[in-house]
Amino acid sequence: MSFRSPSILPGFGLTFGFTTVFLSTIVLLPLAALVLAAGSMHWSDFVHTVLSPRALGSYRLSFGASLLAASINLVFGFIIAWTLVRYEFPGRKLIDALIDMPFALPTAVSGIALTTVFAQNGWIGRYLEPLGIRVAYTWLGVTLALTLISMPFAVRAVQPALLEVQRELEEAAETLGAGRIYVFRRIILPTILPALLTGFTLAFARAVGEYGSVIFISGNLPMKTEITPLLIVIHLEEFDYQGAAALGLVMLVISFVMLLAINLLQAWGRRQHVRAAR
Amino acid sequence: MGAGGLAGLADEATRPGQHTWVHAIVRWFFITVSLGFLAAVLLAPLATVFIMALSKGIAAYLHGFSDPDTLAAIRLTLITAAVVVPINTVFGLAAAWAIAKFEFRGKSVLITLIDLPLAISPVISGMIFVLLFGLHGWFGVWLQAHNISIIFALPGIMLATMFVTFPYVARELIPLMQQLGNDEEEAAITLGAGGWLIFFRVTLPKVRWGLVYGMVLCNARAMGEFGAVSVVSGHIRGLTNTMPLHIEILYNEYNFVGAFAVASLLTLLAALTLVVKTLVERTGYRRR
Repeated sequence: MSFRSPSILPGFGLTFGFTTVFLSTIVLLPLAALVLAAGSMHWSDFVHTVLSPRALGSYRLSFGASLLAASINLVFGFIIAWTLVRYEFPGRKLIDALIDMPFALPTAVSGIALTTVFAQNGWIGRYLEPLGIRVAYTWLGVTLALTLISMPFAVRAVQPALLEVQRELEEAAETLGAGRIYVFRRIILPTILPALLTGFTLAFARAVGEYGSVIFISGNLPMKTEITPLLIVIHLEEFDYQGAAALGLVMLVISFVMLLAINLLQAWGRRQHVRAAR
Repeated sequence: MGAGGLAGLADEATRPGQHTWVHAIVRWFFITVSLGFLAAVLLAPLATVFIMALSKGIAAYLHGFSDPDTLAAIRLTLITAAVVVPINTVFGLAAAWAIAKFEFRGKSVLITLIDLPLAISPVISGMIFVLLFGLHGWFGVWLQAHNISIIFALPGIMLATMFVTFPYVARELIPLMQQLGNDEEEAAITLGAGGWLIFFRVTLPKVRWGLVYGMVLCNARAMGEFGAVSVVSGHIRGLTNTMPLHIEILYNEYNFVGAFAVASLLTLLAALTLVVKTLVERTGYRRR
């Protein structure tokens, strides 16, 4: 078997060549620099950097807050998607378009705006303060920022799956005496489960690497409200390129695992879909 | 995501048990929770941007834009987008042509690699260029000897922006071209058309909405990128500060009117992006 199947269309050499060269220059070569910079470290230095108490504290916040944000979006993403798909109400189309706002809005803007709203004297923050809840400059603020920026991923993953739920099946179940909760558990949930998990993973993957919106609301206290991307920036500013590369490599490996998980989930979702269609 | 407009409503009306009070409560609950969540997390911050920007009146708002550093930041952002978006568009078209029109080994690996920048933290996206071109980076000494600056200068900002916006056009066009197939192109070739003629007269019109969609998203990210650009820019006022970085500086100096004035421009850009996106979707274009 040759490298490519024959085709009468022209332009393979030009487009394939340009694609691979450009991809290698802009993406692959720089990423190789990261792996090599981290790899050129002495093993003990690498472990020392990657497992330092400050780094461990930043992982705990980055991964903990991202997991929490993805979980919040799992619940609210489903509720919003359900509302948009199943109910008609004034302004539904506008709300549907606005869901993508965090995706289009620069993260620095989300960051300063959220901080202002949830600061002690902000619109919402002032009502939370008497309850003893502080959002801005705590881990709660970090979670909130991550929830906002990863929200579209959760909603947009679930929406198409909800549209595909066969309402005839729901009605058939209801005529046979099934309650709403039973219908949800046995018909709706199995259909949208792969999409829910994909949305969760996408939201988590987006949240873990986020930097712009978090640094404004987090207060950036070492060990307490310092996320891993910020710790990388601090290493870079101290010209500790290897330390930054080591932390970067840890995050990169985790991103790859997430990417793999997303692909596997989507493959699983397609198989479920094919089985349902049969 | 209109689930079939009128047909859906008619469907709704005939559905048994739809108008019982349990259904009404559930419906009320879902709509209230959705809107409440969006109002707190999304609408309140959006409104804040404009209220803060205008908190000292229109004159103070407009005065923010007479600051030369702010103007320089706006100019830098526009220049960066004007360079990055066309380059990534050409790349997206080339990648989509190679992937959608031909069968070759390793295709799925290539598609995964193109999507790679989306899975990488913006900070890492910036850092890799510092590792290559920074003072202590691989080419740092050589670049300094030849008096070329990439990091803390315009080329670095463009490279980092190019990296983070790299997949946007390609990932719209690849599935679209794959789905539309090659029949028209093959017909054109049997009628004697050349490659470029086919591209401009057959393929480009076929995929135009997907192209617009990808370019608009690419542009929004290019103008709004913070993390990656922050790492490579060096934050030199009036020189290497893009709009998002300038917002950070003004905000940290407690110049809230100025910070939110620049933020309001970027918010309007995001709104415009969503409008174009919605209009493109209205032509029948669907994301794949």
